[in-house]
Amino acid sequence: MVPASGRKNQDIGKARGRRVAPASKGWCMAFFRVEDLSMWFGGLAALEGVGFEIEKGSIFSVIGPNGAGKTTLFNCINGIYKPSGGSIRFKDQELVGKKPDKVARMGIARTFQNIELFTHMSLMENLMLGRHVFMKTGLFRGGFMWGRRSYAGREEQIHRKKVEEIIDLLELQGVRDYPVGMLPYGTQKLVELGRALALEPELLLLDEPCAGMNSEEKQDMIFWIKDIQDELGVTILLIEHDMAMVMDISDRILVINFGRPITEGTPAQVQIHPEVLTAYLGEEESDECAA
Amino acid sequence: MDMKRDYYEDVAIFTSRWIIFWFCALILGLALFPFIADKFLKTYYVYVANCIAVNIIVAMGLNLLVGYTGQISLGHAGFFAIGAYATIVFMAKLGLPFVVSLFLAASLSALFGFLLGLPALRLEGPYLSIATLGFGLTVTQIIGRVEYFGGRQGLHAPELVIGPLHLDSDISRYYLFVLIAVLVCLFARNLVKTKVGRAFIAIRDADIAAETMGVNLTLYKTLAFAVSAFLAGLAGGLYAFILGYIEPEIFNMLMSIMFLAMVVVGGLGSIFGAIAGAVLLTWLDLTLRNILEVPFLGEWLKVMSRSWFSITGVSNIQYIVFGSIMVLIMMFEPLGIYGLWLRMKKYWKTWPF
Repeated sequence: MVPASGRKNQDIGKARGRRVAPASKGWCMAFFRVEDLSMWFGGLAALEGVGFEIEKGSIFSVIGPNGAGKTTLFNCINGIYKPSGGSIRFKDQELVGKKPDKVARMGIARTFQNIELFTHMSLMENLMLGRHVFMKTGLFRGGFMWGRRSYAGREEQIHRKKVEEIIDLLELQGVRDYPVGMLPYGTQKLVELGRALALEPELLLLDEPCAGMNSEEKQDMIFWIKDIQDELGVTILLIEHDMAMVMDISDRILVINFGRPITEGTPAQVQIHPEVLTAYLGEEESDECAA
Repeated sequence: MDMKRDYYEDVAIFTSRWIIFWFCALILGLALFPFIADKFLKTYYVYVANCIAVNIIVAMGLNLLVGYTGQISLGHAGFFAIGAYATIVFMAKLGLPFVVSLFLAASLSALFGFLLGLPALRLEGPYLSIATLGFGLTVTQIIGRVEYFGGRQGLHAPELVIGPLHLDSDISRYYLFVLIAVLVCLFARNLVKTKVGRAFIAIRDADIAAETMGVNLTLYKTLAFAVSAFLAGLAGGLYAFILGYIEPEIFNMLMSIMFLAMVVVGGLGSIFGAIAGAVLLTWLDLTLRNILEVPFLGEWLKVMSRSWFSITGVSNIQYIVFGSIMVLIMMFEPLGIYGLWLRMKKYWKTWPF
């Protein structure tokens, strides 16, 4: 690829969506594409004209100052909010208008910025809930589970085995049966990641997975995110404030501010973009951050 | 040792020989109880046991709703009433056999539970409790005004017949009620350990996260209401035969609150808690009704009443005692009886030290 000039990346949104689409046809079916997405809360535009495309198997980061609309974007993708306009297409299916549980069934899992675990359930049960969409045990088969050969019993065993694989991957064996509310913060973040993985997602939305972690935990988290991308082939959409981490692991980055996209490109392109430097990284420290 | 060797042990009930032993002991104890009560105590205690069995069924259902799904209900006396009335109407007026009537009545109650669950999708906490309270009050008002249901006069329960068995005494009914109560407990316990129960708990702990993990909130919230109402209706159908006669006034608001109190005092979100709460509160309720006959306390209350209260003061005094016991339990153990049980287990685990 010819390194695009800053100017070329500058004008995105509606115009960009049109221009990129034909170019991308040649090498990849649009795995995940957001087009001209807008979200209004009364008179306030939380998102306006946001558009981007994610290639399968890549790590795509969204950065922007607090209140830029990053989490709103996630909530729109998930179906927690209904966008005011635009479209979100995942494997050629429209996500706008779908309920969150339908979106989950299509293979999109997420973690939350403020941990949203089922605090009174054990770690194992939290991950088992992640297997919810794969299980068929209903009220009757579950309530009348009479033994290990019953339908519910067999299904439990199959999925517990799957969950055990995730526990092995994330090295959580020691706290398997602890109520997650009792676990330390870093571990809880990890459990959230595990729960999302239990859904066997094709697209994983990570909302600040490293927030509030110490540097060692952060290193581990980066390692796991890379692992998930490489070994499980999961496409990752990431929100993160830690610039070093974002620049390190992202394939592409979208910068938004006040709900509007500023630029999109590879880490190298984004780092030198003048508007990004002024809007997000701050004028004074621009040299330091770009380095 | 609690080392697990296979995945099924995570959900199995009988994980060790001790549990099998105690379960068998419990079943044996329950089977022998009427004979012991008949021989050494009063047959009245079998009646108490029947009431307890019925309340355990309701508490189990309410616990699934309040304790596990986190949806409060102050209207369970309504479901209880629907179950009781429907069972009797199906038997006496339509001539259906008992088992069929009971099942149909409970299903009807579940249908109402489902309908009440629909507004509950948009309501939470205090708003939901008021909505359900309204439902509970409405049901008895409607039943009381319909002549077909006996109006204010109430209905007499027909004879309880299952096939060749005539269950016309407390002791014979005891076995039916306890059997159903035990089955309901096992059902609830299995339910909360499998997919549906996990979805319930997930909705209680973090509903948005549950939704993004693929749990259909509409389905599972209404399902929780329906299951809970089914069990309340089932219990209501049985309760009609304990009383032998039902009228709308029985199913008042106080009854709904008693059901809720059982679950809360026992310990929210625990099967053991629901059983313990139902046992304790039913027993207290029935015992304190005759509080003036209780040794020492009764005499003391009479003296107190004569010197301090008005003439009518002593008649409702059991509620004061009842209330103070509940306040004390909740003050010292917010997790209820289940919390006490947990602490006791912890204490004995490391006992000599």
